[in-house]
Amino acid sequence: MKIAVASGKGGTGKTTVALALALSLPGAQLVDADAEEPNCHLFLSPTIHETVPVHMMVPDIDLDTCTFCGKCAEFCRFNALAVIKEKVLVFPELCHGCGGCAYVCSEKAVGKTDRRLGEVEIGEARGHRFIQGRLKPGEPSAVRIVREEIARLDQDAPAVIDSPPGTACAVQETVAAADFCLLVTEPTPFGLHDLRMAMDLAADLDLPAAVIINRSGQRDSLIEDECNARGIPVILNIPFDRRIAEAYSRGEILTDAFPEYAGELRRVWDTVGREVRA
Amino acid sequence: MKIAITSSGPTLDSQIDPRFGRAQYLLIVDTDSLDVEAIENPNVAAGGGAGIQSAQMVAGKGAKAILTGNCGPNAFRTLSAADIEVYTNVSGAVRDAVEAFTRGALQPISGPSVAGHFGLGQGGGEAGSP
Amino acid sequence: MKELLVISGKGGTGKTTVVGSFAALANSKVLADADVDAPNLHLLLSPKQLEDRPYSGADLAVVDRDACTECGRCTEVCEFLAIRNGLVNPRRCEGCATCSIVCPENAITLQPQTTGRLYFSDTRFGPLVHARLLAGAEASGKLVTQVRQAARTAAEQRGLDLILTDGSPGIGCPVIASLSGVDAALVITEPTPSGRHDLERILQLAAHFRVSTAVSVNKWDINPDVTRDIEHLAAGFGASTVARLPFDETVAEATAEAVPIVEWNEGEAAKAIRALWNDVASWGALL
Repeated sequence: MKIAVASGKGGTGKTTVALALALSLPGAQLVDADAEEPNCHLFLSPTIHETVPVHMMVPDIDLDTCTFCGKCAEFCRFNALAVIKEKVLVFPELCHGCGGCAYVCSEKAVGKTDRRLGEVEIGEARGHRFIQGRLKPGEPSAVRIVREEIARLDQDAPAVIDSPPGTACAVQETVAAADFCLLVTEPTPFGLHDLRMAMDLAADLDLPAAVIINRSGQRDSLIEDECNARGIPVILNIPFDRRIAEAYSRGEILTDAFPEYAGELRRVWDTVGREVRA
Repeated sequence: MKIAITSSGPTLDSQIDPRFGRAQYLLIVDTDSLDVEAIENPNVAAGGGAGIQSAQMVAGKGAKAILTGNCGPNAFRTLSAADIEVYTNVSGAVRDAVEAFTRGALQPISGPSVAGHFGLGQGGGEAGSP
Repeated sequence: MKELLVISGKGGTGKTTVVGSFAALANSKVLADADVDAPNLHLLLSPKQLEDRPYSGADLAVVDRDACTECGRCTEVCEFLAIRNGLVNPRRCEGCATCSIVCPENAITLQPQTTGRLYFSDTRFGPLVHARLLAGAEASGKLVTQVRQAARTAAEQRGLDLILTDGSPGIGCPVIASLSGVDAALVITEPTPSGRHDLERILQLAAHFRVSTAVSVNKWDINPDVTRDIEHLAAGFGASTVARLPFDETVAEATAEAVPIVEWNEGEAAKAIRALWNDVASWGALL
């Protein structure tokens, strides 16, 4: 069973929940799919056993065979190729790796070479399998890194996947790999606005979902009303507590600092498990 | 000879647009006759590669030089491959810039003047501070 | 005319809260929300919408089902798992057109799709440009560029001095698109290990774009030790440290009422944001 922890809005507590959730179930694996800004390792000090570089292929032109006809540059929708006089310029950072340029070339002059995007690290923390991705700063898209992380999941063990904020392509990649989506939100107008988008994404993917209200308090009805309207249950409330923020700022995991939440999170596993099996 | 200038409007009296790839207009000026061909830049809203596309457009028009504010690494690379000289830090009215160029008062650059839009450009630099 | 971008690295540190108050404090400006994935700035500014436009981020493959023989050639060549025997998954399609050139029946064309919307509004603080990308859609960078372009045009037309841009979290394509060519970047962070870690990565990115950068620690009183550590880190990157902001529970009230905190009360956060604005207003890169 794979649970994606997403939110829409940044900073609502995805990582806080994902860490505590994974650690509350023996044998659960944790995947940090926020490859732009991976944070789980800061709380876990994992031992990494394997580092997998993530590449994409970009064109490598054989200038002896090339006739400078310009068809590859004309074809490329991302402006990653330019043919000027007797030169072919490749702009690897614009390339999407589609390989189409090789298909349009009538001279078979388009070969392939690697461009490194980042890496995936696989290891273990506190007895749990741990996978994280890291995008090289300057690279625009983490999608291929997330794909590699998902490919490295142990399919036979339960998994918690900590998603990036927002609902763009990398989040889509993460959530699409899961059986269930836990949406962590805060009872504020920003939280609600972005939660709606995340709920739309889960609905588009036909994923069952439930909401966790973090920093819960007197404004919860903002979120509860939306959940009622959509038939998505609120599965857990974590009340606002400055001590929780302080513990987080010291790098402490929620269930280590406040063990009473361990039982709550095991209950979440049970509830989600029943939903997914149903 | 023909030169290209990035402009915010279609005439010699327009102000220079400091951007290259996404300049509002690319003017192709014949320095002898002062004839102007004004091209409304189709790359204004491009995602990536605006500089590359604009550079190819300029090359296609037979321009031997480009006068602009700033030129990023991809645009610079493409312009250089086309043997087009790049003059940056040019501002003010297009007419005055053409005149300065014809007089020989402008210096071409040998490398891009700003870091790139996508990717890690030409190596790191230190951030400035207030 | 200058452009100030407010970013964070880590999400949820308070960018929009700060920009909302800057909107009330700055004199002559256009507001832009470059977080096209999850735009929030408009929720604070009670905008009056003037115009909205569809945005087409990418072309998507469209298959003529009558011509398709389900031969599977498109499936073989697609690098994005976006087409299977003539059935396109619009979430994965990147509009590369490779399938269209290999299809033996010429059954595939690339067509523009609306993948978001661009909004132009007026607010009591000035014009606002924001946008929303459909969930899962590609090419957020291009939409960010359009938001910035529209903000620049509005500033030019109205003779306004500053473009104040609310950025997105992370270091990916929308952030890269907002950083390029900006005059100054203010990074709002928080005193936590995540805040520090993510700050380092966003400072690396800003350094590569040679953007003048300053760092403000929000909710600094939650952990003064990590705050100091972060300010050291910032200095190591040549970024300046500007006014810190304290944790203030009245900010949530103000936000719930769609009022920038500096208009809501004279509390600790409001005072600190005014001090932060003073720092920003005297920033060399913006003068």
